[in-house]
Amino acid sequence: MAEPRESLISDDRLTDLTPDELTRFSRHLLLPEVGALGQKRLKAAKVLIVGAGGLGSPLALYLAAAGVGTIGIVDYDLVEASNLQRQVIFQSRDILRPKVAAASERLKALNPNLSVVSHHFRLTSRNALDLIRAYDVVADGTDNYPTRYLVADACVFLGKPNVYASVFQFEGQATVFDARHGPCYRCLYPSPPPPGLVPSCGEGGVMGVLPGILGTVQASETIKLIVGGGRSLIGRLWLYDAWLARSLEVRLEKNPACPVCGERPLITELVDYESFCGLKNEGEEPIPSITARELKERLERRDGIQVVDIREPHEMSLSKFSEAVAIPFGQLARRQNEFDPGKDLVFICKIGQRSLYAIRALREAGYAGPMFNLQDGLNAWAREVDPSLSVY
Amino acid sequence: MPVTLFIPTALRGFTERNAELSLEAATVGELISALTQKYPDLRTHLLDEKGELRPFVNVFVGEINIQSRGGFAFPLKDGDVVTLIPAIAGGARG
Ligand SMILES: [Zn+2]
Repeated sequence: MAEPRESLISDDRLTDLTPDELTRFSRHLLLPEVGALGQKRLKAAKVLIVGAGGLGSPLALYLAAAGVGTIGIVDYDLVEASNLQRQVIFQSRDILRPKVAAASERLKALNPNLSVVSHHFRLTSRNALDLIRAYDVVADGTDNYPTRYLVADACVFLGKPNVYASVFQFEGQATVFDARHGPCYRCLYPSPPPPGLVPSCGEGGVMGVLPGILGTVQASETIKLIVGGGRSLIGRLWLYDAWLARSLEVRLEKNPACPVCGERPLITELVDYESFCGLKNEGEEPIPSITARELKERLERRDGIQVVDIREPHEMSLSKFSEAVAIPFGQLARRQNEFDPGKDLVFICKIGQRSLYAIRALREAGYAGPMFNLQDGLNAWAREVDPSLSVY
Repeated sequence: MPVTLFIPTALRGFTERNAELSLEAATVGELISALTQKYPDLRTHLLDEKGELRPFVNVFVGEINIQSRGGFAFPLKDGDVVTLIPAIAGGARG
């Protein structure tokens, strides 16, 4: 169990609170655990939020409201309509604006004294150390494994706490990784799942309120690290299942064999995280693709192709492709004998990404017949061939 | 002896959406075999070719990670609650 901790902020960085600040933050000042000292620490603190999404939204809003002096946000994306179901920092009028610009405007409106630093680019192995070095603490709200491992490793190398949360469908996990006092992300998960094995939120969905809960827990942990005191989630993983309304806490331990923070580290600098997460596939035989229009022509010619829809059953009701045989991703390898290796197989999914992984998985399972990927998936089919289907 | 096994959302697609199972097992290894016998598609998600737990999945008995406590030999007792905790990566694209 993590003991009450010292603040991340040294006394020489503290400045006085103005009369306006004394009023604005009075509910914090009334708490003996925070008080004027804690509020001055918040004012001096610099927090980097990686990813302005479902987790980053409540995190940024609550940190700004709490009086954190400097908030950096790194995100290269634009706001999309499908973000608004959970990314509560944005409004409808922000669609197609850079997320960092829209978020920064909203945070400044909340607290004009806040300094918001917009980093409108992708976090990479080249820029991560220089960027993170300038901050006291990092809060990770990204949705992909390469960035997760990049942030996690960079924080170990720089000795910074990594306030972590992750969500999927109805379930979230949160902890604080701080290799100086406890485990790091790689102590828990030395390497990620192969691409496609577990769908992303863009494919598997997420209950909108869930990142609201987990991102708010991240804000709470961040504030405690800055103010000092309390019990941190360091060494404990907090799990929450919104569908079952069940929460659980498990113990996390430092792994002496951890490749990054263990006794004999094998990894001592940032690596190529796309490659580490299996997203590059150097030397692989290219996977042939077919466009939506080509698929339509071939189906009309009835030239003996077989279409395989690898989406999950509930997705079929969102947009049904009646010419396809439906086999969910997870059953493909086991059911490969249902395919005729003399025929061209075309694999389809929502955006043409999982279908690519499906072909790879079948190749690995030894299937040797010709396989094609429907480029850009059923969303392309809906745009180019059959507008009666929805893009989802 | 019956133990309760919680299946995370990410793996419920392989358990007919069941979130909670009651299975008979004396060790974690037996529990995982019983589970993958019942739901064969789960096997490749949980175990590698050698039958070892994959690096992106952890098994907790109560609040204890079995990895540092004997792995699959970890003994189970009546009423234990076992939770599978895989890596998940939802959030923003960053
Ligand atoms: Zn570690």
